[in-house]
Amino acid sequence: MINKVRADALEMLSVVPDGASIAIGGFGLTGVPVMLCHALCELDRRDLHIVSNNAGIDPTGVGRLVGEGRIRKFTGSFPSNKEFFTSFHSGSVELELVPQGTLAERMRAAGAGIPAFYTPTSAGTDLATGSYPARYDGEGQVTAWLSPKDVRVFGGVACVLETALATDFAFVKSYKADRLGNLAFRLASRNFNVPAAMAGRVTFCESQSIVEVGEIDPDGVHLPGIFVQHVIESQLGKFDAPTRGASL
Amino acid sequence: MSEPDALGWSREELATRAALDVPDGAYVNVGIGIPMLIASHIPEDREVWFHTENGVLGLGGVPEADEVDLDMQNAGKEYAKIVVGAAAFDSALSFAIVRGGHLDIAVLGGMQVASMGDLANWSVPGRTPGVGGAMDLVTGSKQVWVLMEHTDRAGTPKLMRHCTLPITGTRCVTRVYTTLGVFQPAGSHFECLDLAPGVDIETVRALTDAEVTLARDSRE
Repeated sequence: MINKVRADALEMLSVVPDGASIAIGGFGLTGVPVMLCHALCELDRRDLHIVSNNAGIDPTGVGRLVGEGRIRKFTGSFPSNKEFFTSFHSGSVELELVPQGTLAERMRAAGAGIPAFYTPTSAGTDLATGSYPARYDGEGQVTAWLSPKDVRVFGGVACVLETALATDFAFVKSYKADRLGNLAFRLASRNFNVPAAMAGRVTFCESQSIVEVGEIDPDGVHLPGIFVQHVIESQLGKFDAPTRGASL
Repeated sequence: MSEPDALGWSREELATRAALDVPDGAYVNVGIGIPMLIASHIPEDREVWFHTENGVLGLGGVPEADEVDLDMQNAGKEYAKIVVGAAAFDSALSFAIVRGGHLDIAVLGGMQVASMGDLANWSVPGRTPGVGGAMDLVTGSKQVWVLMEHTDRAGTPKLMRHCTLPITGTRCVTRVYTTLGVFQPAGSHFECLDLAPGVDIETVRALTDAEVTLARDSRE
């Protein structure tokens, strides 16, 4: 019998090694798997490649991974968090800045068996021509730039080649989950959770509630359980850093 | 919020002016800043649907404290309401809506717009890195409107012959609403479609890097 429900977050995430790549769902404060991010901090994992739209907007969730210096590389569209800015400009984090729609589609493509695709988004801009910094040294000098993208014209429109973005793991947050991993979300908290779950080779879901099989109507399943390997009930505040709030 | 400009429209008046041009039945994405003010100034006899990039079509206004739903924010990461009939979806589908040409109008803020229609609004070297959905919005939407002050705080023009800041997209802007008037990028110049009360075309020309012509039906 399939039962993807787990009881212990630390035990569940112990298979995630240092250096892993992880796609994380969420946009702003909605749909962020905060407990899973914090559990990873408790496990003291480092050197991570995080793929997420934002880098957290306060010291929780992805923001805590940033603040504790656990990230080697960040792929995302809007890492506006102050600690991230400092880490990037001091050379401790590499940044792959990606337009938001391209980020979502690259994650979706990874799970959909599409190795690459062309899109008009970013054609002719610094993000496509190799003119945007990817890494700084400690003195504020750029030491690496984003790679220039292949360009092809379709119907008179210049398009850039984007590759699928597969990750070792994914962390997502749902409203409801069952033991099969079927997920349902609410309103704007669905966001990157669906593409992230598709990008991850192993997907962990933190769910607001765990329900009986059949309780989520088949037409109300937003992500089928075949994309999800592990499910755990969210516990608000579990693994929060003891200093939380002090630095706000 | 900054002081209203002494000259021309305030930010609120600018949003009100742009809202007048949003047609009944339009699907519209509004960006962070002045563009977001448009939503509350749509004339009451029009049905306009607002898309938010984080996955909702049918974005509503700002909730009262007791109406806040923790699962509902807008693209500016502020808690927001939805309207009856709203639809929720994931980010990949949200940007299929954006990129696929389904939105009638994307309304964005701007740092510079060039007369060819190029927009710069995402990056200032040395500042916080972040592009968000801006590059997707300008490539996909049927119309791209930019709402911004006519000049920056130092009085430097923002309507340019060529953008000097990193561009968000080329030849994408179809209309610019500034504190001084309404303009259409026309290749070698901007065509002025309307002027704010008390603003004349010579004032506009003095504060604009590119050439500006006056459309026949605009008032002066």
